[in-house]
Amino acid sequence: MKRTGTMGTRRTARAGQYLALLCYLAFLVLPFLWLMSTAFKPPRELATLDPRWIPDHPTLDNFRQAFDEQPLLQAAANSLIAAVCAAVIAVALATPMAYVMARHRSPLSRAATGWVVVSQAFPLVLVIIPLFLILKNLRLIDSLAGLVAVYVVWALPFALWMLTGYVRAVPRELEEAAAVDGAGKARILVSVTAPLLAPGIVATALFAFITSWNEFFFALVLLKSPEKQTMPVILTHFIGAEGVADLGPLAAAALLATIPSLVLFAVLQRRITGGVLAGAVKH
Amino acid sequence: MTSMAAMARPGNRPPDGRPGRGAWFLVLPALIPILVLSVGPLLYGIALAFTDSQSGRTRPTQWIGLLNFQDLAQDRLFWESFRIGLQWAVGVTVPQFLLALGLALLLNQNLRFRWLARALAIVPWAMPEIVVGIMWRLVYQPDAGLLGDALGTDNDWLGDPTTALPAVIVVGVWAGMPQVTVALLAGLANVPRELHEAAAVDGAGAWRRFRTVTWPAIRPIALAISALSFIWNLNSFALVYVLTNGGPGGRTRLPMLFAYEEAFRYGQFGYAAAMGCVLVAVVSVLLAVYLVGRLRGDDR
Repeated sequence: MKRTGTMGTRRTARAGQYLALLCYLAFLVLPFLWLMSTAFKPPRELATLDPRWIPDHPTLDNFRQAFDEQPLLQAAANSLIAAVCAAVIAVALATPMAYVMARHRSPLSRAATGWVVVSQAFPLVLVIIPLFLILKNLRLIDSLAGLVAVYVVWALPFALWMLTGYVRAVPRELEEAAAVDGAGKARILVSVTAPLLAPGIVATALFAFITSWNEFFFALVLLKSPEKQTMPVILTHFIGAEGVADLGPLAAAALLATIPSLVLFAVLQRRITGGVLAGAVKH
Repeated sequence: MTSMAAMARPGNRPPDGRPGRGAWFLVLPALIPILVLSVGPLLYGIALAFTDSQSGRTRPTQWIGLLNFQDLAQDRLFWESFRIGLQWAVGVTVPQFLLALGLALLLNQNLRFRWLARALAIVPWAMPEIVVGIMWRLVYQPDAGLLGDALGTDNDWLGDPTTALPAVIVVGVWAGMPQVTVALLAGLANVPRELHEAAAVDGAGAWRRFRTVTWPAIRPIALAISALSFIWNLNSFALVYVLTNGGPGGRTRLPMLFAYEEAFRYGQFGYAAAMGCVLVAVVSVLLAVYLVGRLRGDDR
Protein backbone atom coordinates (compact mmCIF):
# COMPACT_ATOMS: atom_id res chain seq x y z
CA MET A 1 0.00 0.00 0.00
CA LYS A 2 1.98 2.92 -1.24
CA ARG A 3 0.65 6.40 -0.76
CA THR A 4 -0.04 8.08 -4.05
CA GLY A 5 1.76 11.35 -4.44
CA THR A 6 4.31 13.01 -2.22
CA MET A 7 3.68 16.10 -0.15
CA GLY A 8 4.94 18.21 -3.07
CA THR A 9 2.44 17.01 -5.65
CA ARG A 10 -0.31 17.18 -3.06
CA ARG A 11 0.48 20.80 -2.40
CA THR A 12 0.46 21.53 -6.15
CA ALA A 13 -2.95 19.86 -6.40
CA ARG A 14 -4.27 22.06 -3.58
CA ALA A 15 -2.92 25.16 -5.27
CA GLY A 16 -4.58 24.06 -8.49
CA GLN A 17 -7.88 23.70 -6.68
CA TYR A 18 -7.67 27.20 -5.25
CA LEU A 19 -6.78 28.55 -8.66
CA ALA A 20 -9.74 26.77 -10.27
CA LEU A 21 -12.07 28.08 -7.58
CA LEU A 22 -10.75 31.58 -8.16
CA CYS A 23 -11.48 31.28 -11.89
CA TYR A 24 -15.02 30.14 -11.16
CA LEU A 25 -15.64 33.03 -8.80
CA ALA A 26 -14.19 35.50 -11.29
CA PHE A 27 -16.59 34.20 -13.95
CA LEU A 28 -19.57 34.31 -11.60
CA VAL A 29 -18.92 37.61 -9.81
CA LEU A 30 -16.99 39.92 -12.17
CA PRO A 31 -19.98 40.72 -14.43
CA PHE A 32 -21.91 41.88 -11.37
CA LEU A 33 -19.02 44.06 -10.21
CA TRP A 34 -18.92 45.56 -13.71
CA LEU A 35 -22.61 46.43 -13.40
CA MET A 36 -21.92 48.17 -10.09
CA SER A 37 -18.96 50.01 -11.53
CA THR A 38 -20.98 51.20 -14.54
CA ALA A 39 -23.78 52.46 -12.34
CA PHE A 40 -21.44 54.97 -10.66
CA LYS A 41 -19.58 56.18 -13.74
CA PRO A 42 -20.12 59.67 -15.19
CA PRO A 43 -20.97 59.78 -18.94
CA ARG A 44 -17.44 60.76 -19.94
CA GLU A 45 -15.98 57.61 -18.37
CA LEU A 46 -18.66 55.44 -19.98
CA ALA A 47 -17.66 56.57 -23.45
CA THR A 48 -13.96 56.01 -22.96
CA LEU A 49 -12.17 53.28 -24.86
CA ASP A 50 -10.11 52.42 -21.83
CA PRO A 51 -12.71 51.72 -19.11
CA ARG A 52 -11.67 51.35 -15.47
CA TRP A 53 -13.04 49.10 -12.73
CA ILE A 54 -13.15 51.93 -10.20
CA PRO A 55 -14.59 55.16 -11.60
CA ASP A 56 -12.21 58.12 -11.38
CA HIS A 57 -15.08 60.42 -10.46
CA PRO A 58 -17.86 58.28 -8.99
CA THR A 59 -21.29 59.92 -9.21
CA LEU A 60 -24.90 59.37 -8.22
CA ASP A 61 -26.17 61.24 -11.30
CA ASN A 62 -27.08 57.96 -13.04
CA PHE A 63 -29.50 57.11 -10.24
CA ARG A 64 -31.08 60.59 -10.32
CA GLN A 65 -31.42 60.38 -14.08
CA ALA A 66 -32.92 56.88 -13.88
CA PHE A 67 -35.66 58.16 -11.56
CA ASP A 68 -36.27 61.10 -13.90
CA GLU A 69 -36.56 58.98 -17.05
CA GLN A 70 -38.84 56.20 -15.83
CA PRO A 71 -41.43 55.84 -13.03
CA LEU A 72 -39.11 53.66 -10.96
CA LEU A 73 -40.79 54.29 -7.61
CA GLN A 74 -44.19 53.40 -9.00
CA ALA A 75 -42.73 50.27 -10.63
CA ALA A 76 -41.02 49.25 -7.39
CA ALA A 77 -44.30 49.72 -5.52
CA ASN A 78 -46.15 47.59 -8.10
CA SER A 79 -43.51 44.87 -7.92
CA LEU A 80 -43.61 44.95 -4.14
CA ILE A 81 -47.42 44.65 -4.00
CA ALA A 82 -47.49 41.85 -6.56
CA ALA A 83 -44.66 39.89 -4.95
CA VAL A 84 -45.91 40.24 -1.36
CA CYS A 85 -49.49 39.26 -2.25
CA ALA A 86 -48.31 36.34 -4.39
CA ALA A 87 -45.97 35.04 -1.70
CA VAL A 88 -48.49 35.28 1.14
CA ILE A 89 -51.34 33.73 -0.85
CA ALA A 90 -49.20 30.99 -2.39
CA VAL A 91 -47.89 29.87 0.98
CA ALA A 92 -51.31 30.08 2.62
CA LEU A 93 -52.73 27.81 -0.08
CA ALA A 94 -49.77 25.47 -0.36
CA THR A 95 -49.09 24.73 3.31
CA PRO A 96 -52.26 22.68 4.01
CA MET A 97 -51.88 20.77 0.77
CA ALA A 98 -48.18 20.11 1.39
CA TYR A 99 -49.13 18.73 4.79
CA VAL A 100 -51.57 16.26 3.25
CA MET A 101 -49.07 15.32 0.53
CA ALA A 102 -46.36 14.62 3.09
CA ARG A 103 -48.52 12.70 5.54
CA HIS A 104 -50.79 10.64 3.27
CA ARG A 105 -49.92 8.54 0.27
CA SER A 106 -53.00 8.85 -1.85
CA PRO A 107 -53.65 9.01 -5.59
CA LEU A 108 -54.24 12.72 -5.10
CA SER A 109 -50.81 13.27 -3.59
CA ARG A 110 -49.26 11.33 -6.42
CA ALA A 111 -51.19 13.37 -8.99
CA ALA A 112 -50.08 16.58 -7.29
CA THR A 113 -46.44 15.46 -7.34
CA GLY A 114 -46.82 14.64 -11.02
CA TRP A 115 -48.25 18.08 -11.64
CA VAL A 116 -45.31 19.71 -9.84
CA VAL A 117 -42.99 17.97 -12.30
CA VAL A 118 -45.13 18.57 -15.39
CA SER A 119 -45.60 22.25 -14.58
CA GLN A 120 -41.84 22.69 -14.83
CA ALA A 121 -42.02 21.60 -18.46
CA PHE A 122 -44.88 23.83 -19.63
CA PRO A 123 -43.83 25.93 -22.56
CA LEU A 124 -44.98 29.31 -21.34
CA VAL A 125 -46.63 30.18 -24.67
CA LEU A 126 -49.08 27.38 -24.22
CA VAL A 127 -50.14 28.76 -20.84
CA ILE A 128 -49.94 32.49 -21.44
CA ILE A 129 -52.36 32.65 -24.39
CA PRO A 130 -55.23 30.92 -22.54
CA LEU A 131 -54.45 32.87 -19.37
CA PHE A 132 -54.53 36.08 -21.38
CA LEU A 133 -57.95 35.16 -22.82
CA ILE A 134 -59.35 34.03 -19.45
CA LEU A 135 -58.13 37.13 -17.62
CA LYS A 136 -59.46 39.30 -20.43
CA ASN A 137 -62.93 37.80 -19.96
CA LEU A 138 -62.68 38.44 -16.24
CA ARG A 139 -61.51 42.01 -16.97
CA LEU A 140 -58.31 41.32 -15.07
CA ILE A 141 -55.93 42.19 -17.91
CA ASP A 142 -53.74 45.16 -17.09
CA SER A 143 -54.39 44.79 -13.38
CA LEU A 144 -52.12 43.75 -10.56
CA ALA A 145 -54.85 41.42 -9.24
CA GLY A 146 -54.68 39.36 -12.42
CA LEU A 147 -50.89 39.29 -12.26
CA VAL A 148 -50.99 38.17 -8.62
CA ALA A 149 -53.36 35.30 -9.50
CA VAL A 150 -50.93 34.12 -12.16
CA TYR A 151 -47.92 34.50 -9.85
CA VAL A 152 -49.64 32.49 -7.12
CA VAL A 153 -50.18 29.54 -9.44
CA TRP A 154 -46.69 30.06 -10.83
CA ALA A 155 -45.15 29.85 -7.34
CA LEU A 156 -47.28 26.93 -6.14
CA PRO A 157 -45.27 24.00 -7.58
CA PHE A 158 -42.05 25.06 -5.95
CA ALA A 159 -43.81 26.06 -2.73
CA LEU A 160 -45.45 22.62 -2.54
CA TRP A 161 -42.11 21.00 -3.29
CA MET A 162 -40.27 22.85 -0.54
CA LEU A 163 -43.05 22.67 2.04
CA THR A 164 -43.59 18.93 1.58
CA GLY A 165 -39.93 18.48 2.47
CA TYR A 166 -40.27 20.68 5.55
CA VAL A 167 -43.40 18.82 6.73
CA ARG A 168 -41.59 15.48 6.38
CA ALA A 169 -38.84 16.84 8.60
CA VAL A 170 -41.36 17.40 11.44
CA PRO A 171 -41.35 14.10 13.38
CA ARG A 172 -44.68 12.37 13.23
CA GLU A 173 -44.06 11.06 16.77
CA LEU A 174 -44.60 14.55 18.18
CA GLU A 175 -48.07 14.70 16.65
CA GLU A 176 -48.84 11.19 17.85
CA ALA A 177 -47.70 12.00 21.36
CA ALA A 178 -49.97 15.04 21.42
CA ALA A 179 -52.84 12.86 20.19
CA VAL A 180 -52.20 10.39 23.02
CA ASP A 181 -52.36 13.31 25.44
CA GLY A 182 -55.84 13.96 24.14
CA ALA A 183 -55.30 16.92 21.81
CA GLY A 184 -57.68 17.18 18.87
CA LYS A 185 -56.49 17.17 15.27
CA ALA A 186 -56.88 20.92 14.78
CA ARG A 187 -55.21 21.64 18.11
CA ILE A 188 -52.23 19.45 17.13
CA LEU A 189 -51.82 21.24 13.82
CA VAL A 190 -51.92 24.68 15.42
CA SER A 191 -49.82 24.15 18.52
CA VAL A 192 -47.45 21.31 17.58
CA THR A 193 -46.91 21.24 13.82
CA ALA A 194 -47.25 24.91 12.91
CA PRO A 195 -44.50 26.26 15.22
CA LEU A 196 -42.04 23.63 13.97
CA LEU A 197 -42.98 24.40 10.40
CA ALA A 198 -42.77 28.19 10.76
CA PRO A 199 -39.13 28.63 9.61
CA GLY A 200 -39.84 26.52 6.54
CA ILE A 201 -42.97 28.52 5.78
CA VAL A 202 -41.07 31.79 6.04
CA ALA A 203 -38.30 30.50 3.78
CA THR A 204 -40.82 29.32 1.21
CA ALA A 205 -42.67 32.64 1.29
CA LEU A 206 -39.47 34.61 0.80
CA PHE A 207 -38.50 32.36 -2.06
CA ALA A 208 -41.88 32.90 -3.69
CA PHE A 209 -41.38 36.64 -3.16
CA ILE A 210 -38.05 36.57 -4.98
CA THR A 211 -39.49 34.51 -7.85
CA SER A 212 -42.34 36.98 -8.31
CA TRP A 213 -40.17 40.07 -7.88
CA ASN A 214 -37.84 38.79 -10.62
CA GLU A 215 -40.54 37.57 -13.01
CA PHE A 216 -40.70 39.21 -16.42
CA PHE A 217 -42.67 37.30 -19.08
CA PHE A 218 -46.14 37.32 -17.50
CA ALA A 219 -45.80 40.97 -16.51
CA LEU A 220 -44.76 41.86 -20.06
CA VAL A 221 -47.84 40.22 -21.56
CA LEU A 222 -50.47 40.96 -18.92
CA LEU A 223 -49.73 44.60 -18.03
CA LYS A 224 -50.20 47.36 -20.57
CA SER A 225 -50.36 50.78 -18.92
CA PRO A 226 -47.00 52.25 -17.90
CA GLU A 227 -48.23 53.13 -14.40
CA LYS A 228 -49.04 49.47 -13.65
CA GLN A 229 -45.82 47.89 -14.88
CA THR A 230 -43.39 46.10 -12.62
CA MET A 231 -39.68 46.69 -12.17
CA PRO A 232 -38.32 44.17 -14.74
CA VAL A 233 -40.63 45.52 -17.46
CA ILE A 234 -39.72 49.14 -16.71
CA LEU A 235 -36.04 48.22 -16.95
CA THR A 236 -36.49 47.19 -20.59
CA HIS A 237 -37.86 50.70 -21.29
CA PHE A 238 -34.37 52.09 -20.76
CA ILE A 239 -33.37 50.29 -23.94
CA GLY A 240 -34.58 52.19 -26.99
CA ALA A 241 -36.23 50.78 -30.09
CA GLU A 242 -32.89 50.45 -31.89
CA GLY A 243 -31.36 48.64 -28.92
CA VAL A 244 -29.43 51.76 -27.95
CA ALA A 245 -29.41 52.50 -24.27
CA ASP A 246 -28.16 55.19 -21.97
CA LEU A 247 -25.81 52.87 -20.09
CA GLY A 248 -25.39 54.78 -16.84
CA PRO A 249 -29.05 55.12 -15.83
CA LEU A 250 -29.75 51.60 -17.17
CA ALA A 251 -27.06 50.13 -14.91
CA ALA A 252 -28.22 52.22 -11.95
CA ALA A 253 -31.84 51.09 -12.29
CA ALA A 254 -30.83 47.46 -12.84
CA LEU A 255 -28.70 47.58 -9.71
CA LEU A 256 -31.59 48.96 -7.65
CA ALA A 257 -33.94 46.27 -8.98
CA THR A 258 -31.53 43.56 -7.86
CA ILE A 259 -31.01 44.70 -4.29
CA PRO A 260 -34.18 43.19 -2.72
CA SER A 261 -33.61 39.73 -4.19
CA LEU A 262 -29.93 39.80 -3.41
CA VAL A 263 -30.46 40.80 0.23
CA LEU A 264 -33.17 38.17 0.76
CA PHE A 265 -31.05 35.53 -0.94
CA ALA A 266 -28.10 36.34 1.30
CA VAL A 267 -30.31 36.04 4.37
CA LEU A 268 -31.91 32.85 3.11
CA GLN A 269 -28.99 31.19 1.39
CA ARG A 270 -28.69 28.27 3.80
CA ARG A 271 -32.42 27.76 4.11
CA ILE A 272 -33.09 27.82 0.38
CA THR A 273 -30.45 25.27 -0.45
CA GLY A 274 -31.66 23.24 2.53
CA GLY A 275 -35.24 23.44 1.29
CA VAL A 276 -34.27 22.38 -2.20
CA LEU A 277 -32.42 19.45 -0.72
CA ALA A 278 -35.29 18.49 1.52
CA GLY A 279 -37.55 18.18 -1.49
CA ALA A 280 -35.01 16.83 -3.95
CA VAL A 281 -33.42 14.03 -1.97
CA LYS A 282 -35.89 11.19 -1.69
CA HIS A 283 -36.53 9.70 1.70
CA MET B 1 -29.65 15.46 7.30
CA THR B 2 -32.10 13.45 5.29
CA SER B 3 -30.36 10.14 5.85
CA MET B 4 -30.30 10.87 9.57
CA ALA B 5 -33.99 11.60 9.55
CA ALA B 6 -34.65 8.40 7.64
CA MET B 7 -32.68 6.36 10.18
CA ALA B 8 -34.32 8.04 13.14
CA ARG B 9 -37.77 6.96 12.09
CA PRO B 10 -37.86 3.46 10.71
CA GLY B 11 -41.21 2.63 9.20
CA ASN B 12 -42.26 6.24 9.28
CA ARG B 13 -43.41 6.14 5.68
CA PRO B 14 -46.74 7.78 5.07
CA PRO B 15 -49.47 5.15 5.46
CA ASP B 16 -51.22 4.09 2.30
CA GLY B 17 -54.57 5.50 3.12
CA ARG B 18 -57.18 7.70 1.65
CA PRO B 19 -56.98 11.08 3.31
CA GLY B 20 -60.06 11.67 5.42
CA ARG B 21 -62.68 14.31 4.80
CA GLY B 22 -60.59 16.81 6.74
CA ALA B 23 -57.80 16.33 4.25
CA TRP B 24 -60.00 17.45 1.36
CA PHE B 25 -60.68 20.61 3.28
CA LEU B 26 -56.91 21.16 3.44
CA VAL B 27 -56.28 20.36 -0.20
CA LEU B 28 -59.05 22.30 -1.92
CA PRO B 29 -57.68 25.84 -1.41
CA ALA B 30 -54.63 24.97 -3.49
CA LEU B 31 -56.36 22.54 -5.81
CA ILE B 32 -58.91 24.99 -7.16
CA PRO B 33 -56.42 27.63 -8.35
CA ILE B 34 -54.23 24.87 -9.78
CA LEU B 35 -57.14 23.48 -11.78
CA VAL B 36 -58.48 26.87 -12.87
CA LEU B 37 -55.24 28.69 -13.62
CA SER B 38 -52.80 25.93 -14.49
CA VAL B 39 -54.31 22.63 -15.61
CA GLY B 40 -57.27 24.33 -17.29
CA PRO B 41 -55.22 26.85 -19.30
CA LEU B 42 -52.86 24.11 -20.41
CA LEU B 43 -55.73 22.07 -21.86
CA TYR B 44 -57.33 25.22 -23.26
CA GLY B 45 -54.00 26.10 -24.88
CA ILE B 46 -53.73 22.68 -26.53
CA ALA B 47 -57.30 23.06 -27.81
CA LEU B 48 -56.50 26.54 -29.22
CA ALA B 49 -53.86 24.97 -31.44
CA PHE B 50 -56.69 23.36 -33.44
CA THR B 51 -58.57 26.65 -33.93
CA ASP B 52 -58.11 29.83 -35.93
CA SER B 53 -58.18 31.96 -32.79
CA GLN B 54 -56.88 35.50 -33.32
CA SER B 55 -56.66 38.55 -31.12
CA GLY B 56 -59.31 41.27 -31.42
CA ARG B 57 -61.47 39.52 -33.98
CA THR B 58 -65.25 39.76 -33.93
CA ARG B 59 -65.99 36.61 -35.95
CA PRO B 60 -66.36 33.54 -33.71
CA THR B 61 -63.37 31.23 -33.47
CA GLN B 62 -63.68 28.01 -35.45
CA TRP B 63 -62.18 24.56 -35.31
CA ILE B 64 -59.79 24.09 -38.20
CA GLY B 65 -58.36 20.70 -37.38
CA LEU B 66 -54.71 20.23 -38.21
CA LEU B 67 -54.44 23.26 -40.50
CA ASN B 68 -52.13 25.13 -38.09
CA PHE B 69 -49.81 22.16 -37.93
CA GLN B 70 -49.78 21.81 -41.71
CA ASP B 71 -48.84 25.47 -42.03
CA LEU B 72 -46.26 25.04 -39.31
CA ALA B 73 -44.66 22.08 -41.10
CA GLN B 74 -43.94 24.40 -44.04
CA ASP B 75 -42.94 27.41 -41.98
CA ARG B 76 -39.21 27.64 -42.71
CA LEU B 77 -38.74 30.44 -40.18
CA PHE B 78 -40.24 28.36 -37.39
CA TRP B 79 -38.02 25.36 -38.03
CA GLU B 80 -35.03 27.66 -38.24
CA SER B 81 -36.04 29.04 -34.85
CA PHE B 82 -36.58 25.52 -33.53
CA ARG B 83 -33.08 24.52 -34.68
CA ILE B 84 -31.62 27.59 -32.95
CA GLY B 85 -33.60 26.69 -29.84
CA LEU B 86 -32.09 23.20 -29.76
CA GLN B 87 -28.59 24.57 -30.38
CA TRP B 88 -29.11 27.02 -27.54
CA ALA B 89 -30.55 24.41 -25.15
CA VAL B 90 -27.77 21.87 -25.80
CA GLY B 91 -25.13 24.60 -25.95
CA VAL B 92 -26.17 25.89 -22.55
CA THR B 93 -27.04 22.66 -20.74
CA VAL B 94 -23.93 20.61 -21.50
CA PRO B 95 -21.18 23.11 -20.60
CA GLN B 96 -23.28 24.33 -17.70
CA PHE B 97 -23.51 20.81 -16.31
CA LEU B 98 -19.78 20.13 -16.69
CA LEU B 99 -18.81 23.48 -15.18
CA ALA B 100 -21.29 23.07 -12.33
CA LEU B 101 -19.98 19.57 -11.63
CA GLY B 102 -16.46 20.94 -11.39
CA LEU B 103 -17.58 23.74 -9.10
CA ALA B 104 -19.61 21.38 -6.90
CA LEU B 105 -16.62 19.03 -6.55
CA LEU B 106 -14.44 22.00 -5.55
CA LEU B 107 -16.98 23.35 -3.08
CA ASN B 108 -17.24 19.87 -1.59
CA GLN B 109 -13.49 19.92 -0.81
CA ASN B 110 -12.27 21.15 2.51
CA LEU B 111 -10.91 24.43 1.15
CA ARG B 112 -10.47 27.64 3.08
CA PHE B 113 -13.08 30.37 2.39
CA ARG B 114 -15.46 27.65 1.23
CA TRP B 115 -18.40 29.42 2.91
CA LEU B 116 -17.62 32.62 1.02
CA ALA B 117 -17.28 30.76 -2.28
CA ARG B 118 -20.59 28.99 -1.71
CA ALA B 119 -22.33 32.30 -1.02
CA LEU B 120 -20.82 34.05 -4.05
CA ALA B 121 -21.48 31.12 -6.38
CA ILE B 122 -25.20 31.58 -5.77
CA VAL B 123 -25.29 35.25 -6.84
CA PRO B 124 -26.60 34.63 -10.40
CA TRP B 125 -29.59 32.75 -8.99
CA ALA B 126 -30.72 35.77 -6.99
CA MET B 127 -30.68 38.19 -9.90
CA PRO B 128 -33.74 38.96 -12.05
CA GLU B 129 -33.21 37.53 -15.55
CA ILE B 130 -33.72 40.98 -17.02
CA VAL B 131 -30.90 42.38 -14.91
CA VAL B 132 -28.68 39.47 -15.96
CA GLY B 133 -29.38 40.40 -19.57
CA ILE B 134 -28.68 44.10 -19.00
CA MET B 135 -25.51 43.30 -17.08
CA TRP B 136 -24.10 41.16 -19.88
CA ARG B 137 -25.00 43.81 -22.43
CA LEU B 138 -22.65 46.07 -20.48
CA VAL B 139 -19.98 43.36 -20.54
CA TYR B 140 -20.39 42.82 -24.29
CA GLN B 141 -20.66 46.56 -25.09
CA PRO B 142 -18.47 47.23 -28.17
CA ASP B 143 -16.55 50.30 -26.96
CA ALA B 144 -16.69 50.54 -23.18
CA GLY B 145 -17.43 46.87 -22.48
CA LEU B 146 -15.51 44.65 -20.09
CA LEU B 147 -14.85 41.87 -22.60
CA GLY B 148 -13.74 44.07 -25.48
CA ASP B 149 -11.42 45.91 -23.13
CA ALA B 150 -9.94 42.71 -21.75
CA LEU B 151 -9.33 41.27 -25.23
CA GLY B 152 -8.36 44.57 -26.80
CA THR B 153 -11.02 44.48 -29.54
CA ASP B 154 -14.14 46.48 -30.21
CA ASN B 155 -16.08 43.56 -31.59
CA ASP B 156 -19.86 43.93 -31.38
CA TRP B 157 -20.41 40.49 -29.86
CA LEU B 158 -24.20 40.61 -29.78
CA GLY B 159 -24.59 42.39 -33.11
CA ASP B 160 -22.34 40.16 -35.19
CA PRO B 161 -24.25 37.19 -36.68
CA THR B 162 -21.36 34.79 -36.13
CA THR B 163 -20.79 35.60 -32.45
CA ALA B 164 -24.35 36.43 -31.32
CA LEU B 165 -25.50 32.88 -30.52
CA PRO B 166 -22.28 31.83 -28.73
CA ALA B 167 -22.41 35.12 -26.79
CA VAL B 168 -25.96 34.56 -25.52
CA ILE B 169 -25.12 30.91 -24.75
CA VAL B 170 -22.35 32.09 -22.41
CA VAL B 171 -24.94 34.20 -20.58
CA GLY B 172 -27.28 31.21 -20.39
CA VAL B 173 -24.53 29.09 -18.85
CA TRP B 174 -23.75 31.84 -16.34
CA ALA B 175 -27.37 32.38 -15.32
CA GLY B 176 -28.17 28.74 -14.57
CA MET B 177 -24.94 27.65 -12.89
CA PRO B 178 -26.06 28.02 -9.25
CA GLN B 179 -29.16 25.83 -9.54
CA VAL B 180 -27.22 22.97 -11.11
CA THR B 181 -24.33 23.38 -8.68
CA VAL B 182 -26.60 23.35 -5.64
CA ALA B 183 -28.38 20.21 -6.85
CA LEU B 184 -25.08 18.44 -7.50
CA LEU B 185 -23.75 19.52 -4.09
CA ALA B 186 -26.82 17.86 -2.59
CA GLY B 187 -25.95 14.72 -4.50
CA LEU B 188 -22.34 14.87 -3.32
CA ALA B 189 -23.52 14.86 0.28
CA ASN B 190 -24.70 11.29 -0.36
CA VAL B 191 -21.30 10.01 -1.48
CA PRO B 192 -20.05 7.52 1.13
CA ARG B 193 -16.83 8.99 2.50
CA GLU B 194 -15.44 5.65 3.76
CA LEU B 195 -15.69 4.21 0.27
CA HIS B 196 -13.73 7.17 -1.05
CA GLU B 197 -11.00 6.69 1.52
CA ALA B 198 -10.86 2.95 0.95
CA ALA B 199 -10.44 3.50 -2.78
CA ALA B 200 -7.67 6.04 -2.12
CA VAL B 201 -5.84 3.60 0.17
CA ASP B 202 -6.08 0.96 -2.57
CA GLY B 203 -4.26 3.37 -4.84
CA ALA B 204 -7.13 4.50 -7.05
CA GLY B 205 -6.36 7.85 -8.70
CA ALA B 206 -8.66 10.83 -8.54
CA TRP B 207 -10.34 10.03 -11.86
CA ARG B 208 -10.97 6.38 -10.94
CA ARG B 209 -12.35 7.37 -7.56
CA PHE B 210 -14.68 9.80 -9.28
CA ARG B 211 -15.87 7.22 -11.78
CA THR B 212 -16.35 4.30 -9.43
CA VAL B 213 -17.42 5.99 -6.19
CA THR B 214 -18.65 9.55 -6.76
CA TRP B 215 -20.46 9.29 -10.07
CA PRO B 216 -22.69 6.27 -9.21
CA ALA B 217 -23.83 8.10 -6.07
CA ILE B 218 -24.73 11.37 -7.79
CA ARG B 219 -25.97 9.88 -11.08
CA PRO B 220 -29.72 10.08 -10.32
CA ILE B 221 -29.49 13.75 -9.30
CA ALA B 222 -27.17 14.53 -12.21
CA LEU B 223 -29.64 13.02 -14.64
CA ALA B 224 -32.59 14.82 -13.10
CA ILE B 225 -31.00 18.26 -12.94
CA SER B 226 -29.54 18.11 -16.44
CA ALA B 227 -32.90 17.06 -17.91
CA LEU B 228 -34.65 19.82 -15.96
CA SER B 229 -32.17 22.47 -16.97
CA PHE B 230 -32.49 21.40 -20.63
CA ILE B 231 -36.25 21.92 -20.37
CA TRP B 232 -35.85 25.27 -18.62
CA ASN B 233 -33.43 26.39 -21.30
CA LEU B 234 -35.69 25.33 -24.14
CA ASN B 235 -38.43 27.47 -22.58
CA SER B 236 -36.15 30.40 -21.93
CA PHE B 237 -37.36 33.87 -22.90
CA ALA B 238 -36.35 36.90 -20.83
CA LEU B 239 -32.57 36.59 -21.15
CA VAL B 240 -32.43 36.59 -24.92
CA TYR B 241 -35.32 39.05 -25.17
CA VAL B 242 -33.26 41.70 -23.43
CA LEU B 243 -29.86 40.69 -24.87
CA THR B 244 -30.66 40.61 -28.59
CA ASN B 245 -34.44 40.37 -28.93
CA GLY B 246 -33.82 37.54 -31.40
CA GLY B 247 -31.40 39.45 -33.61
CA PRO B 248 -29.22 39.95 -35.54
CA GLY B 249 -31.33 38.73 -38.44
CA GLY B 250 -33.06 36.05 -36.36
CA ARG B 251 -29.76 34.39 -35.38
CA THR B 252 -30.84 34.14 -31.75
CA ARG B 253 -34.60 33.92 -32.20
CA LEU B 254 -35.48 31.12 -29.78
CA PRO B 255 -38.84 29.33 -30.26
CA MET B 256 -40.32 31.18 -27.29
CA LEU B 257 -39.44 34.57 -28.79
CA PHE B 258 -40.91 33.45 -32.11
CA ALA B 259 -44.15 32.25 -30.52
CA TYR B 260 -44.39 35.40 -28.39
CA GLU B 261 -44.19 37.62 -31.47
CA GLU B 262 -46.66 35.44 -33.34
CA ALA B 263 -49.16 35.64 -30.47
CA PHE B 264 -48.79 39.15 -29.10
CA ARG B 265 -47.46 41.15 -32.02
CA TYR B 266 -49.39 39.54 -34.87
CA GLY B 267 -52.27 38.22 -32.73
CA GLN B 268 -52.14 34.69 -34.18
CA PHE B 269 -53.20 32.87 -31.00
CA GLY B 270 -54.08 29.56 -32.65
CA TYR B 271 -50.88 29.38 -34.65
CA ALA B 272 -48.72 30.30 -31.66
CA ALA B 273 -50.49 27.66 -29.56
CA ALA B 274 -49.64 25.09 -32.24
CA MET B 275 -45.97 26.07 -31.84
CA GLY B 276 -46.36 25.54 -28.12
CA CYS B 277 -47.75 22.06 -28.80
CA VAL B 278 -44.75 21.13 -30.91
CA LEU B 279 -42.52 22.28 -28.05
CA VAL B 280 -44.61 20.24 -25.60
CA ALA B 281 -44.16 17.15 -27.75
CA VAL B 282 -40.39 17.56 -27.62
CA VAL B 283 -40.43 18.36 -23.93
CA SER B 284 -42.62 15.33 -23.13
CA VAL B 285 -40.13 12.95 -24.68
CA LEU B 286 -37.44 14.53 -22.53
CA LEU B 287 -39.66 14.42 -19.47
CA ALA B 288 -40.19 10.69 -20.04
CA VAL B 289 -36.43 10.21 -19.99
CA TYR B 290 -36.28 12.36 -16.87
CA LEU B 291 -38.96 10.33 -15.07
CA VAL B 292 -37.46 6.98 -16.04
CA GLY B 293 -34.12 8.13 -14.68
CA ARG B 294 -35.77 9.33 -11.51
CA LEU B 295 -37.65 6.09 -10.93
CA ARG B 296 -34.50 4.07 -11.51
CA GLY B 297 -32.80 6.21 -8.90
CA ASP B 298 -35.61 5.44 -6.45
CA ASP B 299 -35.28 1.70 -6.88
CA ARG B 300 -31.92 1.61 -5.21
